[in-house]
Amino acid sequence: MTGPQGHPALTTEAVAARLKGRYRSERRFRLACLAAVVLALSFLAALFASIVGKGHSAFRQTHVALDIHFDAETIDPTGERDPETLASANYNTLVRAALSELFPGVTSRSEKRQLYGLISGGAAFDLQDMVMADPSILGETRRLWLLSSDDADMLVKGHIPRDVPEAERRVSDFEIGWLDALDDRGRVERRFNTRFFTSGDSREPEMAGIWGAAKGSLYTMLVTLLLSFPLGVATAVYLEEFAPRNRITDLIEVNINNLAAVPSIVFGLLGLAVFLNFFHMPRSAPLVGGLVLSLMTLPRIIIPARAALTAVPPSIREAAYGLGASPMQVIFHHVLPLALPGILTGTILGMSQALGESAPLLMIGMVAFIVDVPQGIVDPSTVLPVQIYLWADSAERAFVEKTSAAIIVLLGFLILMNLGAVILRRRAERSW
Amino acid sequence: MESLVTNEPPTSIAAAPTPAPTTGRPPDQDVLDPGIPEPILEVRDLNLYYADKRALNGITMKIPRREITAFIGPSGCGKSSLLRCLNRLNDLIPIARVEGEVLLEGDNILGSGTDVNLLRKRIGMVFQKSNPFPKSIYENIAYGCRIQGINRKDEVDHIVERSLHRAALWNEVKDRLGDVATGLSGGQQQRLCIARAIATEPEVLLFDEPCSALDPIATAKIEELMRDLKEQYTQVIVTHNMQQASRISDYTAFMYLGDLIEYGVTDELFIKPLRKETEDYITGRFG
Repeated sequence: MTGPQGHPALTTEAVAARLKGRYRSERRFRLACLAAVVLALSFLAALFASIVGKGHSAFRQTHVALDIHFDAETIDPTGERDPETLASANYNTLVRAALSELFPGVTSRSEKRQLYGLISGGAAFDLQDMVMADPSILGETRRLWLLSSDDADMLVKGHIPRDVPEAERRVSDFEIGWLDALDDRGRVERRFNTRFFTSGDSREPEMAGIWGAAKGSLYTMLVTLLLSFPLGVATAVYLEEFAPRNRITDLIEVNINNLAAVPSIVFGLLGLAVFLNFFHMPRSAPLVGGLVLSLMTLPRIIIPARAALTAVPPSIREAAYGLGASPMQVIFHHVLPLALPGILTGTILGMSQALGESAPLLMIGMVAFIVDVPQGIVDPSTVLPVQIYLWADSAERAFVEKTSAAIIVLLGFLILMNLGAVILRRRAERSW
Repeated sequence: MESLVTNEPPTSIAAAPTPAPTTGRPPDQDVLDPGIPEPILEVRDLNLYYADKRALNGITMKIPRREITAFIGPSGCGKSSLLRCLNRLNDLIPIARVEGEVLLEGDNILGSGTDVNLLRKRIGMVFQKSNPFPKSIYENIAYGCRIQGINRKDEVDHIVERSLHRAALWNEVKDRLGDVATGLSGGQQQRLCIARAIATEPEVLLFDEPCSALDPIATAKIEELMRDLKEQYTQVIVTHNMQQASRISDYTAFMYLGDLIEYGVTDELFIKPLRKETEDYITGRFG
């Protein structure tokens, strides 16, 4: 005690003299926080710029306009329009004929092969589809935009430099000349790459699409959500609302917390041992992928769900119990609705993590090269992050942009999921 | 402090109207039993423990029918704990343990055979902090019916309107029954909670410091409401505010450190307390 005079360091003058220093350190702190935000945002911006910069060109694919004569003699020599005959015909001949017509000077065998190589092998399938859909076009000649090969595409997009010696690039001088000639006649165009969004994987970059992996991810996420959300919420509700506090529940709690820290590949090994080897479930299937990811996601849903349940004000519970509501009524009418925003946040974080996970799926065979788009949860398929991994591993130059494009699709998928969660949460949010 | 739970045989017929002012403590029989002929609730030798800590020491008292009984005492004396024993809300606290008996119309409600959901329908409660559900005003009142399975619109409408009338809130909210209840003022919210409690037609209403967060005008409205409700309901109120207890209650129980010190007719207790602790407390010398 210093009496009525007070401590000398606490007089108004002394405190006022120190105010400046206090405000200065506050400004410094605020600046440091702002700098952290700016730095984080710039990293994010750099990441997006790099991915979009590399990936955007994959959404447009080079096409070449050719006058295709649907020669009835070649495709349907019998003239019966039998679908089997139409399906087994060699449509490449049509493409080659059209190219030879454009460049009559090309005669040598190796040059011809190079010329024909400008157009993707996939173009023949497009022609086949056209004829199968409408056989009456046989005998007609139509100008069609056909898919170019990946090398031609890369050259048009400028990813293959023209100024290096011929031996060091994948495209020969001849091919450059033909493409330029086609371009001069307005026959080369970059068109929207629908195939990328509608087809499955392929060894040919120009034909490879993301839809198979996207659908695989969709099915896998569906299985994961349907399993882990109800199980996780029910577990959280039981532990928070019903379970007595004793050794066993303590043990369960510790285990759940530990489970959240287990490396994901371990879940993959578990899935391999239990679901594939013991239960003989189908390999590479979204069903098993979803099961494995559910194991991984469960603790990530349970922990935030429990926190959200604890955060519900006890006054609301007391009000409901005080009116004679049963525990189930209290939970379903009051506790769960109020905890829902928090539960949804946890769920979406867990699901986002599951969506981006590839390691556990490698263990159960979802890393295979699968061309067909899966039609159900037991069809073999792959998922977006694994597709990205596979493409990033491929040698062709054209897969570089495909990889980035696949990342953009994955990010879009994530943003959609988060958006859905935000909307759901807004709806569920109430003030009290 | 010595235990008030005495094993002495009753010296005279219970409820002797005038205590013998001797030099020592007046006997428990006189200070703890104001003579209630047909109690709706009877607490017998009630002990409450939170884990190992004892919060209530052998409380024995009778709650009179259709009167207002106030529990007063300093913070931590156990008055709210006692109130929560009456509708077994202490069950929600895992570490709480109760011994003794609470008889509602003669039946022990602390026994395992009691259906707590039914009990809490019969004994409604209003809390210290108004706690309307984050739903509409209408749904707050209707909730008591809904959990009992009453869902017919005309029935629910009728109950909502009648409850709001009884809680003197109808005229203030009749045009905005669909508004969210948390948008009401503090006093209105508390009256809404009272309306919600009486919507299930309880026999007893428990009030746990219902006015401690309200201004004097809102408090006056609640007190007036409690007086109006006296015709139909037995009411028990826990309050910090001794003026409030003396204004509205018919009987007052003074508690201290988990003991029931004195229980009597309000006017007598406030004018002429029998025990020194009571006198010290109501004259503001401690607490």
